[in-house]
Amino acid sequence: MKPPRFEYFSPADTIETVEILGRHDGAARLLAGGQSLVPLLNFRVVTPTALIDLNRCRGLDEIRRDGATLVLGAMVRQAAAETSEIVRACCPLITATMPFLGSRTIRNRGTIGGTLAHADRSAELPAVATALGAVMIAEGPKGLREIPADEFYVGDLTTALAVDEMLREVRVPIAPEGHRFAFVEATNRHHDLALVGVALNIILKENQCERVAIAVIGVGPKPSRLTAAERCLVGNIIDDTVARAAAAASIEGIEFESDLHAPADYRRHVLPGLVQRALNQALSRRPETIDDSREA
Amino acid sequence: MTAGKHKIELTVNGRRLQRDVEPRLLLSDFLRGELRLTGTHVGCGHGVCGACTISINGSTARSCLTFAIQMDGAVIETVESLAPRGPLSVIQQAFHEHHALQCGFCTPGFLMSTRELLARDPDPSEDTIRRALSGHICRCTGYVHIVRAVRAAARKLAEEGARDDE
Repeated sequence: MKPPRFEYFSPADTIETVEILGRHDGAARLLAGGQSLVPLLNFRVVTPTALIDLNRCRGLDEIRRDGATLVLGAMVRQAAAETSEIVRACCPLITATMPFLGSRTIRNRGTIGGTLAHADRSAELPAVATALGAVMIAEGPKGLREIPADEFYVGDLTTALAVDEMLREVRVPIAPEGHRFAFVEATNRHHDLALVGVALNIILKENQCERVAIAVIGVGPKPSRLTAAERCLVGNIIDDTVARAAAAASIEGIEFESDLHAPADYRRHVLPGLVQRALNQALSRRPETIDDSREA
Repeated sequence: MTAGKHKIELTVNGRRLQRDVEPRLLLSDFLRGELRLTGTHVGCGHGVCGACTISINGSTARSCLTFAIQMDGAVIETVESLAPRGPLSVIQQAFHEHHALQCGFCTPGFLMSTRELLARDPDPSEDTIRRALSGHICRCTGYVHIVRAVRAAARKLAEEGARDDE
C-alpha cells in the first residue's frame, strides 16, 4: 500500500505543465486532487515515472461567467463548486449533483477537472457534463482545443485527451429560461459510486418539453444519452403518461454491463425507475431550489 | 526536480517544521513515521475508511491520499490538536460519554470530521450528521452512539457559546 517511486514536478503554469507532459511521452501523470489517482498509486495499479502536481499551477481554479457560458477551471475543488453562487445561478444541476460525488472530505480535495478527466464509468460529473452539453478545453503544445463532452469520453478511464494534453477548463452553457434538472442515482450507500446514475436537463416552453438531454452513467464504460426516452418527451407536455412512457423507453438501445457491484439485469431494472424519479424531481421543483440531498 | 529528497516547511498542530521528504512519502506516513503523531490512523490506505482524516488549511482531507511533499507552506491539524494539554475537548468527551467508540481505530477520523461539521452547522439533524460522517467506517458501534455523541457535543458547544456571550 505504498506508492512506487516517481519524479515530482510542481509546475507554475500550464505551459510548463504541457512541456513536462510532452517530455515524458505518456509516462507522466497529472496530479489534481488525488482522490482517484493516489489510490491507484497506493495499489500500484499505475506506476508513472513522474507526477506533475497541478496544485500550484496558476489559472486553473477560477469559476467565472463568460457570456453565455459558465467556466470552471480544472482545479476548482468540488466543495468550492458546490457552494459557489455563480455555479448555482448559472448551472444549478452542477450544484445539485456535487453532494453525490463523495464524502465532504473527498470533495474538499477532489477537483472538477480531476473527476472529469479520470473518466471513471461510475463518476457522476461526466453524466452532468454530457446532459448539459459541456465543452472540455484541452491545452497541448499547439495551444487550446475544444472537445464536446460527448466526444471526450472514449472508454473506461480513457478520454480524447492526447498524451501531451491536459484538461484546462470546462465550459458549460448557462441554463436558459424554463430549464428543469435533476440528478438521481442508485448506490449501495450514499456517496458510493453510482451503480446507475441519471442526469436530466430539460428546457420547457409553455409547459412543453422544448429540448431535453438525459445522460446515464454506471451501465457501461462511458456516459450515454437516453435517446429513446428523450424522443418520448420532446414536443410534449410531460404528464404522468408521458413520463411513464419515457421511463419505459429509457432502456432501449442501452447496453448494460455486469460487474462485481451489480449484474446487468439489476441495472436494466432500476434505470426506468431512476428516469421516472428524475422527471418527477425536475418538474416538481422550482429551478432556483436545490433538493434536500444537500448537506450542511 | 527529481526523485531525491525535497525540503518542505509546514505547520503541524501549531509547530513550524522543516523536513526533507521523498516525493512518494504519503502525508499519513509522514505524520506517523516522521513526526510520531500516531493519533492519525491508517485503515485502508486508499481513501475509503476515513480513519486517516486530518485538516489541511482548515478543511478535512484524507492524509493517505496526499503526499507530504505537497504540503510545503500548509497548516495541518491532526487529532492531537484537539486536546493538546490533557483534558478532552467537548467532542472527545461526548464520544467518551456516549460510548461512540469501542476499539477506537476509526475515532480520530470521526473526531476531525465532526469538528468540521459542527463548525459549519452548530445544530445538525440526525440525517445531516449521518451524511456528513458517511465517509467514515466504524465496525464496532453501528453508528447509533456516534450520532448520539455528535448531537450531545453540539448541545454542549451551544451551551458553552451561550455562556461565553453572557
